[in-house]
Amino acid sequence: MSKKTLIVIGNGMVGHHFLEQFVASPGATEYEILVFGEEKQLAYDRVHLSEYFTGSTHADLAMGTADWYTGQGIKLQLNEPVTALDRDQRIVTTPKGEYGYDELVLATGSFPFVPPIEGREHAHCFVYRTLDDLDAIRASAQEGKSGVVVGGGLLGLEAANALRSLGLQAHVVEFAPRLMPVQLDTDGGALLRHKIEELGVQVHTEKATTDIVEGENARLRMNFSDDSHLETDLIVFSAGIRPQDALARASGLEVGERGGIVVNDQCTTSDPHIHAIGECALWDQRIFGLVAPGYTMARTLASVLNSDRDAAFTGADMSTKLKLLGVDVGSIGDAHGQTPGARNIRFNDEQAGHYRRMVISADGKTLLGAILVGDNSHYDTLLQYALNGIALPDNPETLILPEGQGGAPALGPDALPETASICSCHNVTKGDICGVIDAGCSDLAGVKAETKASTGCGGCTALLKNVVDNELEKRGVAVSKDLCEHFPYSRQDLFHLVKVNGIRTFRTLISQHGKGQGCDICKPVVGSILATCWNEHILATDHVPLQDTNDTFMANMQKNGTYSIVPRIPGGEITPDKLIVLGEVAKEYDLYTKITGGQRVDLFGATLSELPEIWEKLIAAGFETGHAYGKSLRTVKSCVGNTWCRYGVQDSVGMAIILENRYKGLRAPHKVKMAVSGCTRECAEAQSKDFGVIATENGWNLYVCGNGGMRPRHADLFATDLSDEELIRTIDRVVMFYVRTADRLQRTSVWMENLEGGLDYLKKVILEDSLGICAELEEHMNGIADTYQCEWKTAVEDPEKRKRFREFVNLPEQKDPVQQWTTERGQRRPVLESA
Amino acid sequence: MKARTFWNAVCSVEDLVPESGIAVWTEDGPVALFYLPHRLPALFAISHTDPFSGANVLARGITGDLGGEPIVASPLYKQHFNLKTGACLEDDSVTVKTYPVLLDGNRILLETTENQREAVAA
Repeated sequence: MSKKTLIVIGNGMVGHHFLEQFVASPGATEYEILVFGEEKQLAYDRVHLSEYFTGSTHADLAMGTADWYTGQGIKLQLNEPVTALDRDQRIVTTPKGEYGYDELVLATGSFPFVPPIEGREHAHCFVYRTLDDLDAIRASAQEGKSGVVVGGGLLGLEAANALRSLGLQAHVVEFAPRLMPVQLDTDGGALLRHKIEELGVQVHTEKATTDIVEGENARLRMNFSDDSHLETDLIVFSAGIRPQDALARASGLEVGERGGIVVNDQCTTSDPHIHAIGECALWDQRIFGLVAPGYTMARTLASVLNSDRDAAFTGADMSTKLKLLGVDVGSIGDAHGQTPGARNIRFNDEQAGHYRRMVISADGKTLLGAILVGDNSHYDTLLQYALNGIALPDNPETLILPEGQGGAPALGPDALPETASICSCHNVTKGDICGVIDAGCSDLAGVKAETKASTGCGGCTALLKNVVDNELEKRGVAVSKDLCEHFPYSRQDLFHLVKVNGIRTFRTLISQHGKGQGCDICKPVVGSILATCWNEHILATDHVPLQDTNDTFMANMQKNGTYSIVPRIPGGEITPDKLIVLGEVAKEYDLYTKITGGQRVDLFGATLSELPEIWEKLIAAGFETGHAYGKSLRTVKSCVGNTWCRYGVQDSVGMAIILENRYKGLRAPHKVKMAVSGCTRECAEAQSKDFGVIATENGWNLYVCGNGGMRPRHADLFATDLSDEELIRTIDRVVMFYVRTADRLQRTSVWMENLEGGLDYLKKVILEDSLGICAELEEHMNGIADTYQCEWKTAVEDPEKRKRFREFVNLPEQKDPVQQWTTERGQRRPVLESA
Repeated sequence: MKARTFWNAVCSVEDLVPESGIAVWTEDGPVALFYLPHRLPALFAISHTDPFSGANVLARGITGDLGGEPIVASPLYKQHFNLKTGACLEDDSVTVKTYPVLLDGNRILLETTENQREAVAA
C-alpha cells in the first residue's frame, strides 16, 4: 500500500516540535512527510534570538540538524515559500513545483506588525523576527550611534537589549502609558522603567509616531503627535505580531476578523484535511504568541493525526517569567484583576526595587494572578498556586513578603498535586516525574532525559530539582552529597582536599578528613584522585588496596575470574608485524580473540599468573597497556583521513594518535572516549564520544560530552575551526575541569547536564577563562602527560609487583579448578552454567 | 563427633598485602586471606569462592569496613561479605565459610578440617 503524504508549511519552533512529536508516534509510518520553509535556515530558537548578537550562531540556536530530518525520512525544502493552495485538488504550489497532499499542516507563524507610519519604508527601518532581520540590523548598526525600538512590550525590550549589545544608545518608544502594558500594571511598569533607565536605555511612553523623515544629526528623525521628536540612526519595529494567514485567506479557509486561521479543539481548520498550529492559529478568538501554547497545539495535532479521539487543545496558560535587560519580570494568569470581585495584595519596596502584586478571588481562597518586577524568586510558588487552584494560606500576604519579615517559605514540592504542571514546554506533570522515578530513575539528569522536563525554556530548572530531590528522599534514596559513610564530602571536595593539602595517601586522607577504614566506594575514588594529582604508579604499595580489581591486576576480570587484555593501538593504526604478535600470543595462551568497538583487539581468558608473562611478550613487541581496565582514556577512534580517503580534508589518524598518546593513563571519574573524523561524513562517529573531533577545511571542530552506550547523547559543538595547538589546549582544559569537578562514576555527558549553566557555562570557563583557572588546568595536564609511564612495563620489571599475580601464593603450579572450557566457532570459551 | 582439625601453615608474612587479600590453596579448597593492619585481630580468612558467580575471586576484592565491621566487596558483582562471620550484607541467605587464622612467628596458620602437607598438631 502506498503511503499518504503529509505536508507541513513552515519550519519554525512549533513546526519543528510537531515533527518531533509526530515522527515518534505510530501513525508516522503511514505518511511521507514533506516540509517547506520560507527562510533559508533550519528551524531555530526565536525565544533566544538576541543571543545571536552576543556570540551564538545559527548552529547554537538551531532546533535540529539536517541529519535529523534525513534520519527521520523527512524531506525538508528550505528557502521555498508556498505561494498557492488548491484545496479541491489538494495541491500546494511553490516556485519550484506542485505537490499533492493528503493532510496539510500550517505552521506559518506570524509576522511583525509595522504601524502605518509615513516613512516606515526607510532603509534603516527594521523588524525583529528572523536571523536575516538581525543580520540587517547588525550591518546598519556598524555605522550608527543610536537606535530606537518602537514598542515597549516583551519583544521590544528584548530588541532594545540587542541594540545595546551592538553598542548603540538604545531608546524605547511606547504608545501606552507604561512598559509591557499587557503583563504589568502601573506600579510594575514604573519600576521596570526605572530599572531599565538605570541601565542607560531611554524610555519614552505615551508617544504616537506620526512620521519618519531624514534627520539632521542622525540618519532619521521621528516626529511624535505631541510635537516632540527624536533623532536616531536606525528604527526597529516591535509593535506586536500578526498571524501569517495569507495562504489560508487566499484559499478560502475561515479566518478571524482580525486575522488568524480559525481552528477547533483538534487544531483542524474549516477544511478537515488542513490543520493549523502555533501563532498562525486562532483558537476561541485568541492568538497565542508564546512558544509553550504552540508546543501544546503541536502535541495535540500529533495525537489527532494518530486518530486519538480524546486529543484536544483546551487553551494555555500565558504566564511568563523572564529576565529583560537583566531585570526579573513575571506575570501570572489574571494579572490585571479583571475577574469580578477580585482583590489585590501589593508589596512595593522602592528601595530594593521589588514590586509584587497578588490578585485573589473574592472568597480569598485562590490566587487568580500575579505581577512580579525586580525579583522572580516567588514566581514558581505563585504559579503553582494559580495553576493548580491550591488553597491559599490564611495570611496570603506572607507569600509575597520578604523572608524574615513574616514571609512564608516557598511552597514545598509535597504541597503540589500529582497533576501540577512542572514543565509547561514539554507538558510534564509532577505525576509524570514520580512515574519515571518509580520506574527506576534515580537522579535529576535521568529524569530530564526520560521526561524532557526542563529541556525547553529551562524556566522550571529549580522547581524540577526540588521535586526530584523531594521524591527521591521520600523513597529513601539519599540525595546527600556524601561519598559514603567514611567521608562527609563529595568527590569534588575530596579532590580539593587532596590537592590543596598535598595529601599523597589514602591513610592520611581518611585519618585527617574521614573515619573508619574505607570501602569499595571511597577507596577507588581516592585512588583515582591521587593518580590524577600525583601520577604515581597505581601498584605502589600505598595504592594497591585502593584499586578496583581491574586496576589492581591491570586487566578486565571476566565472569569466571579470568582476565582479558587490551593492548593500546593508538588511533586504531597497527603494523602487520604487531598484528602477528597479537595473533601469536593469543595462540600460545589459547586466548579468545575479538575486535572491540574502539578499534582494538581484546584477548580473553588469561589467568592471573599468565598476565605478566603475556605482557612481557607484548611489551617486547612494542605494545603498551591500553587502560581498558581503568577509569581513564580508552581509545581515540579514527577514520582513515586524507592520507587515503577521497573525501578526507585532514589527517584524522595522525591527530587521533597525538590525542591518544597525550591523554593515555590520565585517571578520571569515569572512562573517557574520543574519536577523530577526517571530514563531515563522520565515519569515526565522533559525536557519540566524550570528546569528538571533526575535520574542517580550516582545522578541527570540537564536540564535547557525547555518549554512546546505555543513555546515548549527541555531543555538543564546542568550538570551531581550531588549529592543532588550539584543539589540544581546549581538550586539556575541558578534560582537567571534568576530572576536577565531576562526581564519582559520572560520565562527561551527565556531568555537563548537571553543571549549573550547562554548555554556556562550560564555554565561558574554558573559552573565556571566566574562572581564571585555564593556565592551571593546562599546567596540570602537561604535568600528567610528562610523567606518563606504561603501568605494565613498570610492573613486569619489578619482582615485588609481580608477586601480586600469583593465583595461589602457596602453590604456584595449582590451576584454578573452577575454570572449565569448551570450544565454540574455533575458539575457547568458558563453560556456562546451565542455570 | 567433631571432625578433626589441623592448623596448617599456608604462607609467610611477606606474602601478605596490607589492606588487601591473597589466595592460598588448601585441601578445603581455595581460601582468601586478608591482612588489615589497622585492626585487631588483623588477619581474616574466608572462602575464596564468590557464592554468586562460583568464581574464585574474593581475595581480589576491595576491603574496608561498613558500620565498623570488616568487609570485602566481591570484585565481580560487588556484594559485601563480613570478614568475621562470612555473612553477605546484601542477601541474608548467603554466607561464605570462614576459617580461624593465626600468626605464628613468620608463618600464617590456617585451621582446616583436613590434613595438609605441613600440618602442625593443634
